[in-house]
Amino acid sequence: MGASRRRMFLIALGFLAPALVLLAGLVLYPILYTVVRSFFSAEGGAFVGWDNYVTMFTNDSTFTAIRNNVIWVLVAPVACTVLGLLFAVLLEKIKWSTAFKLIIFMPMAISMLAAGVIFRGMFQESPNLGVVNAAAVAVNSAFGGGDAAYPGATPRGDSGLIDDSGILAGETAVTAGSEQNFPLVGLRADDVPTSAAQAEDAASAGADQITGTVWLDVVVGGDGTVGQIDDGKSGLPGIKIDAVAADGTIASTTKTDAAGRYVLDDLGKEAYRIALPASNFDEGYQGVSWLSSGLITAVIILSYIWIWAGFAMVMIASGLSAIDRSLQEAARMDGANEWKVFSRITAPLLSPVLIVVFVTLIINVLKIFDLVYVIPPGSSKPAANVIAVEMWTVSFGGGSNQGLGSALAILLLILVLPSMIINVRKFREERKS
Amino acid sequence: MRFMRHQRLIVPVAIAAAAGLALAGCTSGESTPDDSSGNGEFAGTTLEVSAAWSGAEQTNFEAVLAAFTAESGAAVNYSSFGDNAATTLGTQIEGGSPPNVAMLAQPALMNQLAANGNLQPLSAEVIAAVAENYSQSWVDLGSSDGTQYGVWFKASNKSTMWYNADLYDQAGAAVPEGWDDFLAQLQIVADSGYAGISIGADVGWPLTDWFENVYLRTAGGDLYDQLTNHEIPWTDPSVTEALDVLATLWGDDALVEAGAAQRTFPESVTEVFGADPKAATVYEGDFVAGNIADDGTSTVGENALFYDFPAVNDSAPSVVGGGDVAVSFTDDAATDALMQFLASPAAAEVWVPEGGLTSPNNNVDTALYPDDTSRQIAEALTGAETFRFDMSDLTPSAFGGTAGQGFWQIMIEFLQNPSDVMGTQQKLEDAAAAAYAG
Repeated sequence: MGASRRRMFLIALGFLAPALVLLAGLVLYPILYTVVRSFFSAEGGAFVGWDNYVTMFTNDSTFTAIRNNVIWVLVAPVACTVLGLLFAVLLEKIKWSTAFKLIIFMPMAISMLAAGVIFRGMFQESPNLGVVNAAAVAVNSAFGGGDAAYPGATPRGDSGLIDDSGILAGETAVTAGSEQNFPLVGLRADDVPTSAAQAEDAASAGADQITGTVWLDVVVGGDGTVGQIDDGKSGLPGIKIDAVAADGTIASTTKTDAAGRYVLDDLGKEAYRIALPASNFDEGYQGVSWLSSGLITAVIILSYIWIWAGFAMVMIASGLSAIDRSLQEAARMDGANEWKVFSRITAPLLSPVLIVVFVTLIINVLKIFDLVYVIPPGSSKPAANVIAVEMWTVSFGGGSNQGLGSALAILLLILVLPSMIINVRKFREERKS
Repeated sequence: MRFMRHQRLIVPVAIAAAAGLALAGCTSGESTPDDSSGNGEFAGTTLEVSAAWSGAEQTNFEAVLAAFTAESGAAVNYSSFGDNAATTLGTQIEGGSPPNVAMLAQPALMNQLAANGNLQPLSAEVIAAVAENYSQSWVDLGSSDGTQYGVWFKASNKSTMWYNADLYDQAGAAVPEGWDDFLAQLQIVADSGYAGISIGADVGWPLTDWFENVYLRTAGGDLYDQLTNHEIPWTDPSVTEALDVLATLWGDDALVEAGAAQRTFPESVTEVFGADPKAATVYEGDFVAGNIADDGTSTVGENALFYDFPAVNDSAPSVVGGGDVAVSFTDDAATDALMQFLASPAAAEVWVPEGGLTSPNNNVDTALYPDDTSRQIAEALTGAETFRFDMSDLTPSAFGGTAGQGFWQIMIEFLQNPSDVMGTQQKLEDAAAAAYAG
């Protein structure tokens, strides 16, 4: 008896050996070696005990990485599963559902790296480069924003003018009968309207008038005296000008002519501040800085959802096609509305699939690397950091500290383990039933 | 006359190089020596030479080696180790067959090989040739622990301020003299409706180069070396001074184009030299000429010009840069002859007219450079009283070479908040202390 049992054991071992060798060599050994390595210094020469683990939990960048991973795990799997469920259930009810499913699943066919590059391009801050901000700016200007004639103009320095959050005004108030000139800079000569003429000195002011000139204080080629009306300096026509009384009321308003001259009439005896309202210079809405530190994680999670919602949809749709339709029919017969059918019948029947999708996504999200590596520009990289990227950076990204890198890898392994165990249990139960 | 002599040299050299290349066709970058040229002092000997260069650079360098063969009779095999200088040479040394001569791009690797005893010190003749042809900065850079090991053959200049001449002319801005004038000229450009300067700080390396240039000018070469080796802390007052100078530019929103932290370096070049320029100046090394050519809108030498990084407080001409140093592994007469040849102007003068080589050799005839811009780059380099290697390439890579961390990242943070000089210094010191200890 013993002999034949041993024989059986040897035969079994013989069949299992190739798999065991592969598993041991490719899975077990790397894990064990990583554990060992995490107790050694950067070069691997010196035993440092728990030092790497202490460093890991005390430095800022790892702390941000762990915090971001928590945000990821809380947001991304739920969002993907819910969206996938919605798509799967709703697409069941329409014609051409396969075509729609194909489109939603399509991002899965794009590598994460390429998707990252696409999203980085889409969310560029400059409306000339990023399509999202370009759309935002287009919508804004469709509703009348950003149509100022001279965006970005600023007063010439040391010319007695101030820039008060976009409103350009004289530093001091002036009384009727005097002059207030506005030499402006920061405008391109090409952007001055063709109606503009050579700037000229305003006519001397009457007793109830204030006069002056608004001109571009730059000569193409760089001649001329700063703050003076010279040949080649252009007047700025069509600029709105207000005379503001001490109590803040606007006593008079006018616009400049082609040579940049203006005359404010009907003024009293008091002193007025002469101001060019911000509407002349408003640069308009410039969109949102999507890739800045504050929004970067949201943008990356969004791109992740774009890719993985399709995966969730396909998994759930296949689960959906496998459930017993007669239960839904029966519920409808009994007068249940569609929401009741969904929440009481469809969803519970789908729960095994939902849990598998959800847990798979959690594991996937914990390991997220490519998108976080590609999308953020340098300035917001620290804010977007996650454990896998941190692990790579300290090990290979220049730091060459593979001790600390191994410790981070072990942390990642420990975080992923519970979800793995849940998944394995789930499979076992399914096999039993 | 000079031209005639030069022609005569070039033709056989070009033929030899072409023959070498044709034979090398299938052997991935390794050329077979031309056996026909065997009647010099070292006829019958074969030397092995390695460098990182491939493609056009390899062709040009092989022409240099062929000139040596024509002169000495020694055949020379060239092989490229690509980006893996340390690994490749390490393996060859361990196997007992290092090349006779190698070109290294990292002084740290030269120091390490010298410390391990792998390198041959330069012979008296080579030292004499170096003394005759190079300025002291290059002698020091080629030395390790007081012994001379290296001959610098190729150099790069990272102290060049590139500007769009059309925009400068339109605004009436001129090439500045000194830092304050630099800011004034940028203001003149800004008045004309274009940003004075565009910075691409998506990754921090351009910013570390900014700092190195300013620091070399405010603190001088000795403190630069000490800071490089972390012999003085980053909290030193000399660092404060350099950061204060940088802040006068970086903190001025009127001069610097907005959005620097999200702009890649090539984008910052396009902002200045592209079809729709938004800024008039961009700072980086001589390689910007390549970026401008890639973009294709502006032409280097016509409307894309450069001036030297402005002096600060009347500092002497200084250049931050990089380069390739020739070192020898074997102690024999033929190798020594090759090192002497590489230290002579004749070697560089083979390559210089072909473009792509800036020689640190003072006695190379600058008339040979193929265009005014490359001549100006070379003259700035050889005319500099102080030359220093790029600091971030000399520090531990955890500090000076890692995206998202250390020197790079802290300079990005400083660009975003240039008022925080003290905090920046403390962060730099903390990062440096950790990296130099590890």
